[in-house]
Amino acid sequence: MMGRTIFIDPGRCIGCQACVSACRECDSHRGKSMIHLDYPDEGHSVASLPTVCMHCEDPVAPCAEVCPADAILVTADGVVQQADTTRCIGCANCVNACPFGVPKIDLQAKLQMKCNLCYDRTAYGLAPMCATVCPTGALFYGTLDELRAERPGVQVADSFTFGDVVVSTGVAMVVPADKVQWPVPGGLPIVEVNGKAVR
Amino acid sequence: MNRLPLDPSLAPPGTRNFRDAGGIPADRWHADQNGETLVPTHCCFCGVQCGMYLRVDRGGKVFGVEPRNHDINRMRLCPKGINAYQQVNHPDRLTAPLLRRSRDEPFREVSWEEALDHTAAEVRRIQAAHGNDSFGLLGGASLFSEKTYLVGKFARVALRTRHVDYNGRLCMVSAAGANKLAFGIDRAANPFSDILLTDCLLIAGSNVGECFPVMTQYVWGARDRGATLIVVDPRETAIARTADIHVALKPGTDSAFFNSVLHVIIKEELDDEAFVGARATGWEEVREKAAEYPPERAAEICGIPAAQIVEVARTFGRAPKAMAWHARGIEHHSQGVENCLTVINLCVATGNLGKPGAGYGTITGQGNGQGGREHGQKSDLLPGGRSISNPEHRRQICEIWGIEESELPPAGTSMMEMVHQMRRQEIRGLIGICNNPFVSLPNYATVKDGYDSLEFHAQFDFFLSETAANAHVVFPVTTWAEDEGVMANAEARVVKHNKAQEPPAGVRTDTWVICQLAQRLGAGAKFAFPGSREVFDELRAASAGTVNDYFGITYERLEETGGIVWPCPTTDHPGTPRLFEDGRTWHPDGKIHMQVVEWHPPMDPYDDEHPLSLTTGRTVAHFLSGNQTRRLGALVEQTPRPWVEVHPSHGFRNGDPVRVVTRRGSEVFPALVTEAIRPDTVFIPYHWPVPTAANALTIDALDPRSKIPEYKVCACRIEPGDRIDEVPAPPTAPGHVAYPDAQVSRTDPLPPTSPQGRGTAERG
Ligand code: SF4
Ligand code: SF4
Repeated sequence: MMGRTIFIDPGRCIGCQACVSACRECDSHRGKSMIHLDYPDEGHSVASLPTVCMHCEDPVAPCAEVCPADAILVTADGVVQQADTTRCIGCANCVNACPFGVPKIDLQAKLQMKCNLCYDRTAYGLAPMCATVCPTGALFYGTLDELRAERPGVQVADSFTFGDVVVSTGVAMVVPADKVQWPVPGGLPIVEVNGKAVR
Repeated sequence: MNRLPLDPSLAPPGTRNFRDAGGIPADRWHADQNGETLVPTHCCFCGVQCGMYLRVDRGGKVFGVEPRNHDINRMRLCPKGINAYQQVNHPDRLTAPLLRRSRDEPFREVSWEEALDHTAAEVRRIQAAHGNDSFGLLGGASLFSEKTYLVGKFARVALRTRHVDYNGRLCMVSAAGANKLAFGIDRAANPFSDILLTDCLLIAGSNVGECFPVMTQYVWGARDRGATLIVVDPRETAIARTADIHVALKPGTDSAFFNSVLHVIIKEELDDEAFVGARATGWEEVREKAAEYPPERAAEICGIPAAQIVEVARTFGRAPKAMAWHARGIEHHSQGVENCLTVINLCVATGNLGKPGAGYGTITGQGNGQGGREHGQKSDLLPGGRSISNPEHRRQICEIWGIEESELPPAGTSMMEMVHQMRRQEIRGLIGICNNPFVSLPNYATVKDGYDSLEFHAQFDFFLSETAANAHVVFPVTTWAEDEGVMANAEARVVKHNKAQEPPAGVRTDTWVICQLAQRLGAGAKFAFPGSREVFDELRAASAGTVNDYFGITYERLEETGGIVWPCPTTDHPGTPRLFEDGRTWHPDGKIHMQVVEWHPPMDPYDDEHPLSLTTGRTVAHFLSGNQTRRLGALVEQTPRPWVEVHPSHGFRNGDPVRVVTRRGSEVFPALVTEAIRPDTVFIPYHWPVPTAANALTIDALDPRSKIPEYKVCACRIEPGDRIDEVPAPPTAPGHVAYPDAQVSRTDPLPPTSPQGRGTAERG
């Protein structure tokens, strides 16, 4: 299973947007946030849910797959990089292809921008900005073992279905103990929990 | 100190050098090859006091923030902390003293000499004509402790007035009063880290997720280890959402609820008779009073099921180790002190005190909410928490200050009472330092009237606040990043803030301004302080031997550790993170003095015209009166304007204009329709000025002991507003840091779609 990656635990999220602000401070896209914060049960509950790039693994990142300019690089350690500015033509194919709604287009610069897992930090063994600051640990960076050491018995999913297509991701989501059947919070259908099929 | 080892893989980076060194800054003050320096300091905002590094560029300017693996926050920051650095070089900074002779004139920029001379002349003129007590001083709990010490000394020694108080009066004085009554010491009994060790955590009247976000890591950490969580709050906040028990009681009924919980604990023999018998006085009387609050009676008062009271009592009473943390939700009441006392009674009755994972704490609002009152800024306190009415305490301080006891004024009045004295022209001149009562005090019309009645008003600030805009003289002073000093966080942990850049030309430190004024008032020799360090050394000496003993705390020790928790009497003393471990309190008899509390209804009565409860509170993006955070683009975008939270049963749709009417006035807010609030209660966040100020509606009734205003409950009604554009655009400052994705639409009539996850019923 995954190595060091981000784990998203919506059950802990307090909707504070520290992750959104911290993302703006990242040196690789300073001033712009690549994180969405969604409110899945508006009017009934204060629940909130952060979305970062899921760094899809299988099939190889849909955004990178559809890029006609081959601008989106996937590194050996599974990080789906922001589009290479010398190649990106700003066509927005990646925006349409991403099942999680992650890449954004800077219309003025005609360039794609997306979360690159703070490669400037993770390459040095540091956590990405969002997971560093998240006050609740709703965004956690580390290995599954490190997560489990902190939160005994935690269950995670890293495979999701979109219609007939199954997408396995580098980033994983925590599944509430009483909800190992799909969907995970936010309504995303899952197919595996801790590597076991649950569909 | 229980200092956490730095985890190299998590340690703060910021420059390539640090990263190459595995993330550990070898020499944290040293610039890397790009010229970037990381200056270790703390967030300027709330009472958590998160550690952070300010990134300083080659030119010596603050330009960013890096998380810091400090004991308190372990790298975490909330959005305020992340964006705080943007105010240091913000274009709205005041950079020259402003002066006008009357409020009809515009301000003109003047020299420091002119501003200081004019202010001193006005002080002398008013005091000569009307006596020393006709001039007042209002300080702030965002100031470093050194400055709060100076404010208290300046009032008594230079101004020689009894009228000094501070805005912590609006914050945690109820908790302070209760702690003093019960234990003789005014602070939280346990460090945050004890939360991780508890079996049952009770959070009363605190929206931890939005007000103290970084504390949530301790709350979730406790839950990861199996602790149960009880949240008492009229709203389903982010913390309440996942609590084991959420008690959504009616605002203003807390003491009835806690008395009733104690009733059940006694009835089911979950109390710790041995502990109470040996350690406390007043238990018999408290027992008798609790007997009058069976769950059925309290359930009726509080508007909750009786079974829930029993459930809370069993959960708290049966836990091997239990803790209670509370904040403004139970403190901002006309019986705020008593509410806190009922929580204390619960902890004492169950023997939860003085042990790891067992105890109580109050969550401070302002960064230095704890330290702000410890050294003499409050009207009735002298440095070291001494009482200004105690002859021995007076003598000790006069000796340190080098004045005769007859020269030391008696206790003055509280902040809201001073406003009424201004209206009656008993106070005719005022200096305000680091506060914004035009937004933060209740009953705005009265506050405005009080300030308008002043013959002379000077204000210290670094942005032109609503209150400063009403002054005659405005002194432009430094931000936290341009000076050094200490603050005490909610754990009473003293931490040191370091200077990251030189102040802009024309800006001076508060210390310099106070000392200059003292000199002009003939007290210069007693205010010959070159900087914070010298003030701190006098403060340490002045606190020696008191309850609030800082003597053993030095700047050097603070820089080497993750902070030191007072009392700390000697320079080799480790500090006192947990109180009462030796079984004694700070009362002369060493006992806990339990207090009887009788619930009484809120001061603003409900009637047919005003059937609902209005309650107010904070949002995560803004800090107190918003003078700072309402200027930072990302935070403005996050929460651009206030709203009124209403239950769907009132028939409003999300975004509808809703007029909220109280006996003080009425205002229109966009509706945020949500089931996360009681049907009989509405909520407005309070960080904005009129005409969308929650405090134009709140009542200025005070707790008789702590003199805290009853912000958290008043009677109101809601009706359809006329037009949504009655709600003005948020006051985005012209120079706010403009992020491409953080633009605020000035015409957008809707409230933020879902501030802090507070759901909206319909959308689009
Ligand atoms: S920082 Fe963490 S708690 Fe706050 S909104 Fe982001 S994920 Fe949620
Ligand atoms: S406002 Fe409080 S919680 Fe937020 S970063 Fe500052 S000190 Fe930490």
